[in-house]
Amino acid sequence: MHRLQMSEYLCYSLRMEKVTGRSPMTDSDDSIHTISDRSLTTPPRINNLFNIPIDFSRLLDEIAIGVVVLNLERKIVVMNQTLKALTGFSQKEFCGFDCAHILRSDICLHNCPALRINEKSGPKCIEGNLINKERQLIPIRITSAPLKNIDDKIIGFLETVEDIRLLRKLDETASHAYNFNNIVGRSSQMQKIFQSIPSLAQSDSSVLITGETGTGKDMVAETIHHASNRAKGPFAKINCGALPDTLLESELFGHRKGAFTGAVENKPGRIQMANNGTLYLTEIGDLPLSLQVKLLTFLDDKEVFPLGSVKGFTADVRIIAATHRNLEQMVNGGRFRKDLLFRLNVIRLHLPPLRDRHGDIQLLLDHFLNALSAQLGKKTLTLSRKALKILLTYNYPGNVRELKNIVEYAINICSDPQIRTKHLPSYLLQPDPFDIPGVAKQHDVPAAALSDESGFLRSKPDQNWPDIEKRMIMEALISAGGRKNKAAASLGWARSTLWRKMNQYGIR
Amino acid sequence: MVSKKILIPLHENDVAPRFDLATEVLIVTDLDKTGSGDKRMVVLPRASAEQLCHLIITENIQTVICSGIEDDYYQYLTWKRIEVIDSVVGSSNSALKRYFDGKLKPGDIL
Repeated sequence: MHRLQMSEYLCYSLRMEKVTGRSPMTDSDDSIHTISDRSLTTPPRINNLFNIPIDFSRLLDEIAIGVVVLNLERKIVVMNQTLKALTGFSQKEFCGFDCAHILRSDICLHNCPALRINEKSGPKCIEGNLINKERQLIPIRITSAPLKNIDDKIIGFLETVEDIRLLRKLDETASHAYNFNNIVGRSSQMQKIFQSIPSLAQSDSSVLITGETGTGKDMVAETIHHASNRAKGPFAKINCGALPDTLLESELFGHRKGAFTGAVENKPGRIQMANNGTLYLTEIGDLPLSLQVKLLTFLDDKEVFPLGSVKGFTADVRIIAATHRNLEQMVNGGRFRKDLLFRLNVIRLHLPPLRDRHGDIQLLLDHFLNALSAQLGKKTLTLSRKALKILLTYNYPGNVRELKNIVEYAINICSDPQIRTKHLPSYLLQPDPFDIPGVAKQHDVPAAALSDESGFLRSKPDQNWPDIEKRMIMEALISAGGRKNKAAASLGWARSTLWRKMNQYGIR
Repeated sequence: MVSKKILIPLHENDVAPRFDLATEVLIVTDLDKTGSGDKRMVVLPRASAEQLCHLIITENIQTVICSGIEDDYYQYLTWKRIEVIDSVVGSSNSALKRYFDGKLKPGDIL
């Protein structure tokens, strides 16, 4: 972020119109006067920023990351002290030489960001390495931004070169400290996902993450971003289901001043903000059809047209989408475009529900007990055998998020060293209809039977009492083989009460 | 006549900025006063510092003129008694001429 701000500052604020190809001090209107290639007699200066001219090289030297200004031929015009220290080259050596010979980076040779910059594109950010004069291989991150004149023509490039050795070390430490960017799991399903994320991260293909609510779709999306080459770039998230259509369009694609009533200034969209980074579209299934077409166009052309603008902006963005909906069903129902699904569904990651992740509930309970106890400033609590049994047999329709909330609730409520059943949320202690003999337990029920469409089969914490009562009656009737007397007895009601309630809930 | 075998990793006509990323090398033998000799261009199947070191050893190269080289490979080559003149920036011809004149040294910018 700091780099981009610096780039933009130098690009747009200082107005470096005449960086190259001009003899020094020839034009009194120039904001910056600079040296011609290899000339060291006149230092580059900035004239109109303060009352007196200031030395541009000294200004650059104050910046703590490497900065280099290149001309259109990618020859070095000026380089700051930090970059000199990083490469080991001195001022007299590098002036007028090709950037690739001085930086000696793999990026310069194979993936020069300056070559990919055009009038429409913004800064490019790439990770790589360089070999300095001390023969050290140093991991670096280069951000290249165009330098434009007042006519908006590119006249050179400003590159920042960041030494990321420390970041790499921290990344290694972090990856050892947590299971995978804080995603905890040892079940075979999660292990498969952990193994696939690093390789998925290295590509720029679109990713579609599916899975029930609370399974960790957002965390996986962020993990992919942080493991990718775009990690230093922005991670922009937008919830496609949270905003009305028109607002969502403006939020996603941006708008120009005057595009609609209330558009008092230009606003960049999330796509533009995610340039060189990742755009995470959560709840993509809720994206209105009209915007699906516009998103489709962007995925094809990689060009964004803000509302009310005829000028496009090329955005280098990786798309990660997520939904808890069945997009194939939505396509069949005409609520989601098939072609958009095909474009998003390049790489598909399905996150399993917690009830299918054998062995992970215990692991997650331990993890959240430790983490949340520390966070809430309490001693690490243990679970009583009965409380543990309840937690292990519950089917967690809200998945990991629900489990975390249960643990957090228990830690807050519990003042003893051990969490007992009385410290658990009350809905967990409701009689579980699936515990009735002869009826399959919830966690044994196939995943398909527990889908949203199956409705009452799932014990949702947000269900109201009538729903629970209706389900209890149904299960009592099933276990009694349809005999109302026996069902009423098992519920502790008179037969007339059962009859009245069956009428009330429309059970025949 | 200098009866030495010299290898220069190339990037177009220049000394390649990176030893490990060069896919072409120039091998010069029997260097004469004009800086030219029996020149042979070898195109490598892929850029690899290990393969290049292997080529240097099998070709009995005595001197390597290069630009950026990792310390591990530098130490290996010098341990193998191969002279390595690194951090040389400029065209391969200029580097050869300067080498023949006995003036080429590490870090030279030509």
